[in-house]
Amino acid sequence: MTSLRSLAVVAMVVVAMVLQLGVFPAFAISGVVPDVVLLVVISVALARGPEYAAVVGFLAGLLLDLAPPADHTAGRWALAFVVVGYLAGLARRDARWSVTATIVVVAAGSFVATSLFALVGMALRDPGVTVDAVASVVPLAILYDLLLMPFVVPVVLAVMRRMEPASVRFSTVHP
Amino acid sequence: MARKDRQRLRNHPDPDRRRPRAVLALLLLASVTVITLDARPSGDSPIEPLRAATGAAFGPLESGVSAVVGPLRAVPEYFGDVDELRAANARLEREKVALQAQLRTTEHARERAAELDRMLGVADRQDLSLVPARVVTLGAAQAFSRTATIDAGSRDGVLADMTVVNGHGLVGRVLSSTPTTATVLLAIDAKSVVGGRLASSSELGFLSGDGDISADGRLMLELVDTEIDPSRGDTVVTWGSRNDVPYIADVPIGTITEVSSSPRQLSKTATVRPFVDFSALDLVGVVVDAGEHRSRESVEAVR
Repeated sequence: MTSLRSLAVVAMVVVAMVLQLGVFPAFAISGVVPDVVLLVVISVALARGPEYAAVVGFLAGLLLDLAPPADHTAGRWALAFVVVGYLAGLARRDARWSVTATIVVVAAGSFVATSLFALVGMALRDPGVTVDAVASVVPLAILYDLLLMPFVVPVVLAVMRRMEPASVRFSTVHP
Repeated sequence: MARKDRQRLRNHPDPDRRRPRAVLALLLLASVTVITLDARPSGDSPIEPLRAATGAAFGPLESGVSAVVGPLRAVPEYFGDVDELRAANARLEREKVALQAQLRTTEHARERAAELDRMLGVADRQDLSLVPARVVTLGAAQAFSRTATIDAGSRDGVLADMTVVNGHGLVGRVLSSTPTTATVLLAIDAKSVVGGRLASSSELGFLSGDGDISADGRLMLELVDTEIDPSRGDTVVTWGSRNDVPYIADVPIGTITEVSSSPRQLSKTATVRPFVDFSALDLVGVVVDAGEHRSRESVEAVR
């Protein structure tokens, strides 16, 4: 079941990548494309907790760093997604769950990921990352991610629920 | 959210809270390591093979999907970009007509128009052959770099550091290529520096992008000779690099819209409006060396 679940997660990340890189650029709002991969990572965090999500975030982020047309320093999205996956997983564990909470987590995750990516770019002296550019891109990115959230998060959660081992799914035993 | 989930959460807290933290630390370290490895300025990054492999895997996927959704591009007319482009297009069209009329008024201007015409025939250069390619995706604004994927790759003779043009002028240069796709650094990217030459006086300078692919995007031209006073409306063409790598000579880049200089600056800075509309890129041509094996027919110059 574990390998099947991993396979499902990999498949979802790849589909999200193709959507994000191949489809959504045609529907960009001022160049901003929804972070479908990030939504998958956050959904995985909501389903499986911080540890698993951080690993998925790292791999998905690295893939996003390397796939064309990316030309920034590799590892920037990986770093951002590790942090967001972990934090979203923590939030899932510590908060009472609701739709509102999901919205907040997605908005916060989108903000943290885009900002972290930009901050690392600034630290690396990427000339494209200016305060103006960040200020205009981040709000749009959050908005677009929230717009897409209802179509991505429930799907990933449903897939994850199906794939979850029975011991976790119906566990009533305290450790 | 289902009640089941909530219940599970209460009933099944993490057995060991320290393990995730160790995983987090490890992954953060891994990310930073990747960044450090890839950030070396020399260009021989150990990440490069990984990047090539990912490109080879995702490039065809992206171009395949992009070909399928291509017709859908016309659908979201209510999205800001399209409206913006329409308005910009109409405005530019009006400006073009006005400028054309202006150009025809004086003898001097007519000469310049003829020169422009000559330069615009990019593919007309006898020794030039272009590999046509479609722009598959533009990089997202969130990445803060202006790159595009095109659907021609090393199989078609497209290699790194080749000049990319379209019917209007310079688009950019090829950063890297996989067998079927290539990544193009647009001239408007903030990292891009292009050697430029004033068409009227042949004075040399360097153009860098401002990273804005919308119609407001501009290039900054710094002239080498501080004594030269570039005039508005002057055309800037590429200077040309050694062995035509990465930029061939005499490709039109844009027109000067504004000139500024400060006493502290050693050189004058001119703002250049690019001929190419970077947000509406579709068909581009990659300048390949003639005589190379390639599977795609190249468009040879016809005189």
